[in-house]
Amino acid sequence: MKTDTILLDHGGGGKMAHNLIAEMMIPKFDNPILSQLNDGAIFNIEEQRLAFSTDTYVVDPIFFPGGCIGDLAVNGTVNDLAMCGALPLYLSSGLIIEEGFPVSDLEKILEMMSTAAEKAGVKIVTGDTKVVPKGAVDKIFINTSGIGIISGKVNISSHRACPGDKIILSGCIGDHGMAVLTQREGISFDTSISSDTAPLHHMVNNMLAACPDIHVLRDPTRGGVATALNEIALQSNVGIRVYEETIPLKDDVVGVCELLGFDPIYVANEGKLLAFVPPEYADIVLTVMCKDNLGEDAAIIGEVIPDIPGRVIMQTRIGGTRIIDMLTGDQLPRIC
Amino acid sequence: MAIKHLEEYRDPQISRKLVEHLKVVSQNPIRLMEVCGTHTTSIFRSGIRGLLPPTIALLSGPGCPVCVTAQNEIDTFITLSRIDDVIVTTFGDLMRVPGTNSSLQQERAYGSDIRVVYSTFDALEIAKKNPLKKIIFLGVGFETTAPTIAASIRTAVEMKLDNYFVFCAHKLLPPALAFLMEAKTTNIDGFILPGHVSVIIGLKAYLPFFEQYQVPCVVAGFEPVDILQAIFMLAEQIENNNPDIANGYQRAVTYDGNIKAQKVMDDVFEAIDASWRGIGKISKSGLKIRKEFASFDAEEMFDVRISETEDPKGCACGEILTGQKIPTDCLLYKMACTPETPVGPCMVSSEGTCATYYRYHAT
Repeated sequence: MKTDTILLDHGGGGKMAHNLIAEMMIPKFDNPILSQLNDGAIFNIEEQRLAFSTDTYVVDPIFFPGGCIGDLAVNGTVNDLAMCGALPLYLSSGLIIEEGFPVSDLEKILEMMSTAAEKAGVKIVTGDTKVVPKGAVDKIFINTSGIGIISGKVNISSHRACPGDKIILSGCIGDHGMAVLTQREGISFDTSISSDTAPLHHMVNNMLAACPDIHVLRDPTRGGVATALNEIALQSNVGIRVYEETIPLKDDVVGVCELLGFDPIYVANEGKLLAFVPPEYADIVLTVMCKDNLGEDAAIIGEVIPDIPGRVIMQTRIGGTRIIDMLTGDQLPRIC
Repeated sequence: MAIKHLEEYRDPQISRKLVEHLKVVSQNPIRLMEVCGTHTTSIFRSGIRGLLPPTIALLSGPGCPVCVTAQNEIDTFITLSRIDDVIVTTFGDLMRVPGTNSSLQQERAYGSDIRVVYSTFDALEIAKKNPLKKIIFLGVGFETTAPTIAASIRTAVEMKLDNYFVFCAHKLLPPALAFLMEAKTTNIDGFILPGHVSVIIGLKAYLPFFEQYQVPCVVAGFEPVDILQAIFMLAEQIENNNPDIANGYQRAVTYDGNIKAQKVMDDVFEAIDASWRGIGKISKSGLKIRKEFASFDAEEMFDVRISETEDPKGCACGEILTGQKIPTDCLLYKMACTPETPVGPCMVSSEGTCATYYRYHAT
């Protein structure tokens, strides 16, 4: 059943979102920088290599355990730049606010943006504010764009995964997605899950000091670790094998996922990264990550393999094998 | 919400041991059906098929509630969602299921007020908050969800809500088992019986079926060790020619089941003949809201029944749901029918056999 309207699944970070970008966006704007399809665009201005990225935040609810739409918007763009191996410097902030929005909430959000920017060491240097009639947006939407500089040796791209690379995941997955979901209207679970939103570039900086030749970095946001791995497998035309028992997970997240029939490897993260590193550097990079409080649960979860190009497989805990595919759209809670 | 106690049921060493035992016990080729969609998903997610000896074939049965919901019922849901002042509330799986020309997901994009809820009590809350709207809950599922939906009607009576309605498209599992045994083409040597459904109906609900057909049956939990153990128990029964009905999920399932849940179900619903998508009519396999509660019955209160529709051409869902074919036998599988453009119901739900094959199957 083809659709003539945009569905929520088109924004879900799965296959439908992937196809929308591939079929509608890329042909229209086609250029060599865009077609890199990294978390941000990487290009030179005179001698300086820059990373440039943009992201729009529409999270519901706007306040959730562990953060709000404001610090999420700062950390998200900081992380997109960090995933290019860049040092983030300047951010823009565009606000679309619904008529009737409480000023006190706006103040809280701006305060949290400011604190997040300070913590990340970036400056919000330009902005724009629009107010729209009630119902035209849901409370508040925020767009942030950012630029950062990339040092000479660094060459990170989702096309660079090589057979033999070890894949390191920086910590427990699914926290952000489940924190937001359990707070959403209509769900009243009592859990201690909170969002992992955090800026990752300090840790990335230390990782690059230990291994300047990190091949790929990716923060597994919408669509989770599974989608990120699938995109990398496709873009690098390699196979990926991961080991279920090595993937760090919190009991609370596992519990809520089981209740709803969700698979945590498809759930969003906002303060985690996947690193593809040459095998000889895997241990040293892992050690550096584990020393950082954002990477203390980091683990090697798999490796790049030459066969099954474009696909991701998982060795299950009991020794079986399964495919890890990209989802169509968001996961839907099951009936029983 | 720690569920550490499940760790032992995911233990790789226990799993390996069970597989070793299975290899010794299983001498002759056998065909076992896991009836429940959650079992199908768990089998694929843990990679169990690849570990089994070649003598054991697993068939996926008709136990995914979304998959067996008749197409005319889906069309009716869509029609209901188009009525002014109606808010349709549903479990998430139903959103993408294709009706004849549309889906609930598309209708929502066109402007219908359709809300995904996590329990019927969320739907009651929406009814309370929106007294000028009519709230219809889409009652889909097996004996697992039927009691809470029956209870929601009871609660609506207590809350004196006159704007809450249920469209009851529930199915019952034991009649489907009998249907599968009657359809001689399937050749099923044993059944892995569902866990959640059995928690409600108890082991006793399967006794008449077992006594009539004398086919090995084991109720199983959902963890890899549970499933491997059930397969082992079935293989042993078959090899020893000693069919039995056994409970392999004793930590949750009792002989009598949940009597309270059975009672509320029985108070509110009565069994009727029902159409299963891709399979057809099965006698006394569905539930209808009893006359006393007719004012909560969306089927009675809204005049929208749509006549019978045909299943899509070329779609093998019916044969897949009854274990006669596997998804890769279907000409549409992965060609015209994918999770993005599902033709048949088995491709839609996350627990549908085709969607599970598509997502987890290694070839």
